[in-house]
Amino acid sequence: MTSVQLEVLLQTIISGIFLGGLYALLAIGMTLIMGVMKIINLAHGELMMVGMYIAYALFSYFQVDPYLSVFIAAPVLFGLGVILQKFLINPVMKVESILPENQVILTVGIGMVLANLATIFFASDYRSTPVSYATKAWYLSDFWKSSPIELSISFPWSVSFLIALLITAILWFFLTKTDLGKSIRATAQDNDAALLMGINVNRMRVITFGLGSSLVGAAGCLFIPIYYLYPDIGGQFTLIAFVITILGGLGSTVGAIVGGLILGIFESLTATYVGMGWAPVGRFIIFIAALIFIPGGIVSLFRKLRFGR
Amino acid sequence: MLEIRNIDVCYGDVQVVWDVSFSVQSGEIAALIGANGAGKSTILKTISGIVKPSGGKIIFDGKEINQMEPYDLIETGLAHVPEARRLFVEMTVEENLDLGSLKGNAKKLREETKTMVYELFPRLKERRKQLAGTLSGGEQQMVAIGRGLMSKPKLIMFDEPSLGLAPILVRDIFEVIKTIRSEGMTILIVEQNVKLSLAIADKAYVLASGKLVMEGTGATLLDNEHIKTAYLGV
Repeated sequence: MTSVQLEVLLQTIISGIFLGGLYALLAIGMTLIMGVMKIINLAHGELMMVGMYIAYALFSYFQVDPYLSVFIAAPVLFGLGVILQKFLINPVMKVESILPENQVILTVGIGMVLANLATIFFASDYRSTPVSYATKAWYLSDFWKSSPIELSISFPWSVSFLIALLITAILWFFLTKTDLGKSIRATAQDNDAALLMGINVNRMRVITFGLGSSLVGAAGCLFIPIYYLYPDIGGQFTLIAFVITILGGLGSTVGAIVGGLILGIFESLTATYVGMGWAPVGRFIIFIAALIFIPGGIVSLFRKLRFGR
Repeated sequence: MLEIRNIDVCYGDVQVVWDVSFSVQSGEIAALIGANGAGKSTILKTISGIVKPSGGKIIFDGKEINQMEPYDLIETGLAHVPEARRLFVEMTVEENLDLGSLKGNAKKLREETKTMVYELFPRLKERRKQLAGTLSGGEQQMVAIGRGLMSKPKLIMFDEPSLGLAPILVRDIFEVIKTIRSEGMTILIVEQNVKLSLAIADKAYVLASGKLVMEGTGATLLDNEHIKTAYLGV
């Protein structure tokens, strides 16, 4: 392997990890909702789109840096998620019908409404937030003068990645160290037993939907310095989150993190070595491979290690 | 302390509990016995609000509780150790215990109660960082009981605590139940192990096909001819 080939490979893997970290944040929201409510939220990408438009609007009208708008988009999306869950999804969950997937179909509808509202308010033009640091990068040779190879790391990508890591760490702390977080996990594991512990499981559902939405809203703010924004951008991210949720294992946050990283790196590799347009193909190869070879997701492998079954 | 008045319970169109009334006095061990499918677990689930009765009243500590939300009941001092343990298997022993004390006074006394639970089950202290799903059946039952105790209940209900355990462990669990009573808690136990539960019960009620067919003290029922042939196999 020549040093140029090595540079390309390392560069590809680094951008794959960065992309994977953002994917993980995106998918954790979906898998949390999946764990507690047992439904796939197919409006997930559209919620991210809302977060992106919030960041876009704050940047265009008030010159707020997209990274700072995390602090605004996350609470707004939390509120939106709570409203959606309380007034739309919960009432549908109560209805006994032939199709238990009614709530899933409802989330598709919510996604459509959000995308169309975005078209009404912002038109279907491509938008971006031209931040001053958009093309800034760090070079390995800046830190290590005699380095035999040269790597460049994009500034916005690395900042987005670090913030995604930070949010994931805070979430982990919340879920494992606080009573509310433990209650959410308990509800996901055993609804009736949670009730017996005095956990208001309906409220946990509302909080979880809010939390999942705020996470994806934050992910939106992290994506906007990198991606173009248009009203229909949500669909592709719903698919990405869905693939990661299946790959990681339904309802597992650890699975979502590992799955996100795998998908990010794999997509990055296909983009470099097969061609830019092939990245979505790589995504679906992973999806189908996961369904065939590890139908329980990555978390089922962990479970086998920990429980011996 | 706990009074069940004429409750009926239906699952959809099927009535499974018919006009059952009984009461549990403060400080006693009451047992609800009967064959599989007699409606024992359903009655416990009705008391703890997971299943709503279609008729009748449940009074606990002077309050009518059958209209309360199930998640509010634990604060009234009623704990339910469910059938098949129902632990949070992907959480540690300690986290399971913490989840037993989410509310009110129990939350304030959490560390204290936990020490007490660890004294009662020293094995759990050794395994407190282990995932509940990796424990043996007996240890899991200990966690389930401990989790129930964490809420500082006045009355604790056990649903089939001997289920799936080796005979020697069953005896241990029953010893623990007696200890719990001696610490001032009232106990309602549902069991298929009729012999052992009658031996420790002050008062017992026999259910068959959702109806109360017999009641008496544990000792009298143990001597009853019908009980002997139907449940004890002697």
